Amino acid sequence: METQLSTPQPDMIEELRQCAAALTEKLQGDQYEEASALIEKVMVCRDQHIFQSIGKLTRGLHDAMLNFNVDGGVCAPSDAASDECEFNDASNRLNYVIELTQNAAEKTMDMVEEAAPISLSLGQEAAVLKTEWLRLRQREMTPEEFRVFHTRLDDFFDVTSTSTLKLNENLQNIILEQGFQDLTGQVLKRVISLVSEVEGNLVSLMRIAGQVESIVGINPEEVKASANDERDIKGEGPQVKAEEREDVVNSQDEVDDLLSSLGF
Amino acid sequence: MKILIVDDFSTMRRIIKNLLRDLGFTNTQEADDGLTALPMLKSGDFDFLVTDWNMPGMTGIELLKEVRADDRLASLPTLMVTAEAKKDQIVEAAQAGVNGYVVKPFTAQALKDKIEKIFDRV
Repeated sequence: METQLSTPQPDMIEELRQCAAALTEKLQGDQYEEASALIEKVMVCRDQHIFQSIGKLTRGLHDAMLNFNVDGGVCAPSDAASDECEFNDASNRLNYVIELTQNAAEKTMDMVEEAAPISLSLGQEAAVLKTEWLRLRQREMTPEEFRVFHTRLDDFFDVTSTSTLKLNENLQNIILEQGFQDLTGQVLKRVISLVSEVEGNLVSLMRIAGQVESIVGINPEEVKASANDERDIKGEGPQVKAEEREDVVNSQDEVDDLLSSLGF
Repeated sequence: MKILIVDDFSTMRRIIKNLLRDLGFTNTQEADDGLTALPMLKSGDFDFLVTDWNMPGMTGIELLKEVRADDRLASLPTLMVTAEAKKDQIVEAAQAGVNGYVVKPFTAQALKDKIEKIFDRV
């Protein structure tokens, strides 16, 4: 979407200047009727410019809506593929990311929860056998006990074999699950590009609106102040660039320091 | 000790539940929002509350304030485990009476330290 300067057209300014000069001249020459006619001409000139800018704004909005495939503000998710609403699409993609990451996390935890008792029991059995082994070495073992030990050791070797196979399998699966990052990364890149496009379009719209405002003389400054106040106490979610901000802590240690410095 | 874990992401609830289990706390229940957690707290007999901040229905800070305002629950030890790292918020939580504040991502050790600290004081 194209937009031009944020200040009125040079030819309009030139026209205004000429009118102003002529107006002064008429007034000095007591030509009040002609002066009045001139004032009306200036107003018409200004109005025309307003209408032109509003026309641009309307066209700009219309283009933006076409770009986003917004149908009067309501998106029908069941539209044919090529006409699918892009906002809806972005939303779906992000939900997909949530779903994918959740599944990967759950599966990884499943793998770990399966593996943990296996490795725990291997360790425990090894510890018990070690004690028995020491007894054997110090010749404290009876032949009967030795037979038991012998079988137990045999079993232990077998169990270790199968257990480590299972553990390795689970570890491999954990690696595979990390594949989510590739898929989510791709999806997120697309969403980023959509958001950038929307951002660009909004900036253009803002410029056009600014043009209209400057001609009509509206001052939008007051609106901004209250918006800032509200944002302060609201949550922002995980900090992405904590190091660059003053009002944010960067680690658990900083949290603890902050709290103890205030007496908590 | 009966613990209530509150977080809108099931993955995080699972992680905290596992960590608590490793620390010996096996009696845990879960809620996915402040709104569902509050009635559970009021009618249950929980000894410890672990909650996130950002939740769609009722946030963790609102839940904490509700708990502190309730006669029966006012002294319930509460630990916040959250991604919120703004100083203003940490202070707000402390002033609202939170007993510990852990930022995500956290280590098992950090969680353990905070829990021990809370129950040493009580």
